[in-house]
Amino acid sequence: MNPEDLKYTKDHEWVRSLDGRRVAIGITDFAQKQLGDVVYVELPSVDDRREASEPFGSVESVKAVTEVYMPLTGTIAAVNTDLDDSPENVNTDPYGDGWMIEVTLAEGENMTNLLTAHEYDEYIKAESAD
Amino acid sequence: MTTDRRTPLDAVHDALGATMTDFAGWRMPLRYGSERDEHTAVRTTAGLFDLTHMGEIEVTGPDAARALDHALVGFVSKIGVDRARYTMICTEEGGIVDDLIVYRLGDEHFVVVANASNADVVAGSLKYRSENFDAVVRDASEEYTLLAVQGPASTEIVGSLTDADLPALKYYAILRTEVAGVPVLLARTGYTGEDGFELFAAPDDAVALWEALLAAGKPHGLVPAGLSCRDTLRLEAGMPLYGHELTRDTSPYEANLGRVVRLDKPEDFVGRDALAAAQEDVRRTLVGLTSPGKRVPRAGYPVVDAETGERVGEVTSGAPSPTLGVPIAMAYVASERAEPGTRLAVDIRGKAEPVEVVALPFYKRA
Repeated sequence: MNPEDLKYTKDHEWVRSLDGRRVAIGITDFAQKQLGDVVYVELPSVDDRREASEPFGSVESVKAVTEVYMPLTGTIAAVNTDLDDSPENVNTDPYGDGWMIEVTLAEGENMTNLLTAHEYDEYIKAESAD
Repeated sequence: MTTDRRTPLDAVHDALGATMTDFAGWRMPLRYGSERDEHTAVRTTAGLFDLTHMGEIEVTGPDAARALDHALVGFVSKIGVDRARYTMICTEEGGIVDDLIVYRLGDEHFVVVANASNADVVAGSLKYRSENFDAVVRDASEEYTLLAVQGPASTEIVGSLTDADLPALKYYAILRTEVAGVPVLLARTGYTGEDGFELFAAPDDAVALWEALLAAGKPHGLVPAGLSCRDTLRLEAGMPLYGHELTRDTSPYEANLGRVVRLDKPEDFVGRDALAAAQEDVRRTLVGLTSPGKRVPRAGYPVVDAETGERVGEVTSGAPSPTLGVPIAMAYVASERAEPGTRLAVDIRGKAEPVEVVALPFYKRA
């Protein structure tokens, strides 16, 4: 169900490796379903540096607001400004047009500790069963 | 709290692909698809709700009306048979225990509908407060399933399934009839700001009634609707919610609901003295807020002075309004700041966002 070529976090973010040190980040299909209709996505400024596990923004849905967290340490290289006018892209295309930020990873940072698609599937199955 | 109570429609909701949530110990549908689409359907066509979690308490006997006059703030004995009234049960100190709808089914027969989270407390209080009256209080919640059809197409949809004279059924009136062959108490009440009906039926009939309403409603645009859109609908309609706008620490006067407190009742009632005093001392007032921005004031966020940052109140409910397209909220603010047009700010996670006090409701049907 979740794309095999991405990595995942227990906070329900996905990470896509781009070229070199750069990655794209968004939230998973499971996360958008839990949130419901997204009405606003608050994103950081380009060139901001954020540590892993720090919030990089927030997602407003009808029911609630939820923070989204940096899966890895790095510098914001790009933000998806299309979400200003089309926040619903997070619902309709979470792994594509619903991407949120691109990050240049800090020195020494890498993706090996993130979850694989299979590990993430198992994780949300366990979480849903609670 | 554990989710151990399931409505008779539990499997139906699952089959419809609903996202389920825990509400006061009940497993309830939060949304079936897009909550904004469900919200819009109720505003423009119709929505079908499972509200089985609501509590139904029957009060019967020769003194039933007098007992309720004593227990509640409203003038219950003045309610006509087959009519309903919005009222409240308050503490001796004048705080709100719950808001209620009281239906009068006969001279000596009332059904009190309480919020799910309060059903036990309200039933217990009514029993306690009725001890000196010739009246019997019985929690009948297990005997009723409650469905609601809300929205401008409601009359056509329900009318296609019943012989009852719906145009003659006034707002806040109730009658015994059959809908789709199912015996129901059919009331013209709701919590959405739209015309609509609430149907009390036996739990064994819930699935048949739901399926019949869904089938009859589909050609009119009716969709199943969850608790998420129920919340945005009631918020737009300026209707308070227990636990948010209404608590044991708020008085009906602060909530702009002084009209439901009948200090003119001839006999004493629980909370009377405290409420008479509270009427003269309304230090904070429930207001509507709108924001020109996109960030949404949520329950618990501080309301502050736009210039000084001084705290002047607190948000009780907030959401992006599907109908208005902007964030809306209800908040208690110091009464001198409650005038519509007053400019304030809400501290949204550390950043003051400008808001304006507006008259409630945010939305009124045409």
